[in-house]
Amino acid sequence: MSKPSKRRLKEIENAAKNRREIVEANLSRRDMMKMGLLTSAGMLIPKRGLSARWSDPSGIIPFDNPVSPPTRAFVEPLPIMPVKQPVASLTPSPTINPNTAAGEARTRAHQAFTMLPPQKFYEVHQRPAQFSMSPDLPFQTIWGFDGQFPGPTYVAHYGEPILIRNFNGLTTNNGGFGKPSVSSHLHNAHTPSESDGFPCDFFEIGQFYDHHYPNRQAGFNSTHPPNGDVNESLSTLWYHDHRLDFTAQNVYKGLAGFYLLFNQFDTGDETTGFRLPSGDFDVPLMFSDRVFDPSNGQLFFDLFNTDGILGDRFLVNGKIQPFFQVHPRRYRFRCLDSGPSRFWELFLTDLNNLNGHNLFWEISNDGNLLPQPVQIESFRLGVAERKDVIIDFTPFAGKSIYFENRLLQTSGRGPTNTILAPGQGNLALRFDVALPPVSDQSVDPATLPHYYTLPSTTATPRITRTFRFERTNGQWAINGKFVDCDTPRLTVQRNSVEKWILQNNSGGWQHPVHIHFEEHQILKRNGVPTAPGSVENSRKDVVRLQFNEQVELFFRFRDFVGRHPLHCHNVVHEDHAMMLRWDIGAAGDNNTTP
Amino acid sequence: MPKLTRRESIALVGMAPLAAGLAAGKDSPVSSGKSSRERIRDRYFPNLELVTHEGKKVRFYDDLIKDKIVIINFMYANCEGICPGITANLVRVQKAFGDRVGRDIFMYSFTLKPEQDTPEVLKEYAEMHGAKPGWLFLTGKPDDMEILRRRLGFFDSDPEVDKDKSQHIGNVRYGNEPLQQWGGCPGQGNPEWIVKLISGVDWPNKNRRG
Repeated sequence: MSKPSKRRLKEIENAAKNRREIVEANLSRRDMMKMGLLTSAGMLIPKRGLSARWSDPSGIIPFDNPVSPPTRAFVEPLPIMPVKQPVASLTPSPTINPNTAAGEARTRAHQAFTMLPPQKFYEVHQRPAQFSMSPDLPFQTIWGFDGQFPGPTYVAHYGEPILIRNFNGLTTNNGGFGKPSVSSHLHNAHTPSESDGFPCDFFEIGQFYDHHYPNRQAGFNSTHPPNGDVNESLSTLWYHDHRLDFTAQNVYKGLAGFYLLFNQFDTGDETTGFRLPSGDFDVPLMFSDRVFDPSNGQLFFDLFNTDGILGDRFLVNGKIQPFFQVHPRRYRFRCLDSGPSRFWELFLTDLNNLNGHNLFWEISNDGNLLPQPVQIESFRLGVAERKDVIIDFTPFAGKSIYFENRLLQTSGRGPTNTILAPGQGNLALRFDVALPPVSDQSVDPATLPHYYTLPSTTATPRITRTFRFERTNGQWAINGKFVDCDTPRLTVQRNSVEKWILQNNSGGWQHPVHIHFEEHQILKRNGVPTAPGSVENSRKDVVRLQFNEQVELFFRFRDFVGRHPLHCHNVVHEDHAMMLRWDIGAAGDNNTTP
Repeated sequence: MPKLTRRESIALVGMAPLAAGLAAGKDSPVSSGKSSRERIRDRYFPNLELVTHEGKKVRFYDDLIKDKIVIINFMYANCEGICPGITANLVRVQKAFGDRVGRDIFMYSFTLKPEQDTPEVLKEYAEMHGAKPGWLFLTGKPDDMEILRRRLGFFDSDPEVDKDKSQHIGNVRYGNEPLQQWGGCPGQGNPEWIVKLISGVDWPNKNRRG
């Protein structure tokens, strides 16, 4: 793996500095035109250093990656996604077996429909829409759930099964990238296979698919009947397209949103249960990066890139560098890296006090509440990882403070190990602590409240399996093999315990590996047991497999049967075959290197 | 969905940027006026002159890519690494698509060693492996072949790895040019699976294909 030269690193730093100066000077497009930074057509005057994207110093890439046209930062408010509302009924009524005659594309019967009949029904339409990501760019043709980017937020409750009728209302006309064929995955849900959004369960234009989400904790039909193990409760999930080979293109186009799950402890009401900040003070944040074609300001997707795709514009909830006006009190932020390939390390930066260490609290890993809050200065997100954090804005009343990504990444293959100096990274979101004080009935995380106890990992695994993540002849592979939806590479025995070892023998790339269906616990990283009380000592569904690392994961596969994938969630790697199908069945196999 | 002829679907695709341009605000960068299809052509499909294994001169975009479903890989005739396996897989892919290959689906294998792989060498290679009409093996000026390789993403971003021909990229690219749907898969995978993937970018209405 070639690394950027020192000279190029310096240029990248200068680029960040230049862009920051433009941001801080609050230059309008008119100003930039006057200063000669921008032509009247909106083109960027080529000024070396303005782009943080890495152009290959070896010159092997013969044509430049596009540099987005200039966009002003912090001129638009943070969008808050609307909560998806149920419908009274669906016509035709949902059926256990696929309603093929009515246009349903599902091929398998719902396995838990009779046991956990849906109590709420939703109807969602995936369709194209015009959407503005910045006032300095033209409207984009996005694909969104209900035409929205990000999609509407589902608010679900344990004990209340739901059914979502999901229509493909996309068009053949894709504007240059995207496949109007979809499979919607509910990321991290304990979902029967036929409703999982398996990459090959896709449905075409004009078809629909009924997804049944039982909203039951793991163990409800095995170790912890009838409701499941409360310590397996999930909080912050997301949904996104998972269409085989086209996930990167389709999610880049906008097919992603949040799904929040509440229970008797994480109640959505800060006066009850764990008393986490609620209502307007509980805010999902979807971080992503994009690049725009400088010739017309339209979203650009590099079709033939297999390393991973980096953008030079940083979006939160669909807007480039928005601002968010907050009250001086505690907020819960549910932070998600929605990809396609960038890793983030987010810090709170006060540009007027760059030496300050602004601490806050992490309360979840991958949206699963920790045993107790952990105080942090920053947190890292690989693609698809979620971290819930609590920030108390009281000390910043009257000031502005930023979520800044200080992780240097110059290639889609993975981040560097470099953390940039405060203020030298990518300012993604500005909090303006400008609103008046209001009451705050949430619990102070400094009192170290207890959330969920980590389920025991002392059970003896039925089998230990090893998965090597590697590159061979420019292709991404697992144990030397490539994705094939038709062939299960291993079968887990339902209600059994397994240990999976994931290996990355390269110093050139990283893989955020996602395993569907049940979260895991990281037992060891590079042979070192996970430290009790650390953030990594938690329940997860994505594990960052960093340079030359090996991780050991503990799994308990419960309740349902069927097929699921294991894959790299750098969605460009995923779309280039770094995925395998595994099954849960009545009997398991003994394949130790699937 | 309404049944579109291929001509209609192509026309629809061409309309996209116009609609987006109309929706754009006054303060937006001026559109270059090119459709997304033209921009894909400009970036990835230089209209270079190539020679087929039958000695015929062709233009890359005009003759090989435009209006077609295509299957693309890179190889060289004396490759003893991954090439024979990929070629054998592609033979089975060609068999599976039958007489559509050469009609609306086209297969192209580009040489990584144009100095050695003359049309005659490639013709012998094609015959030896049982490639049928509709599958072309192509060579050209070395500089042009290099441009093509890089534009189509058949290079490794690590220059050391890229220099080593034994580690050359084993991907098969597949796409539907007018529909602007492009994917890739490992050429060493299960050929039945490769056929399924390529079928994913078939015309929306298969009755009116070609």
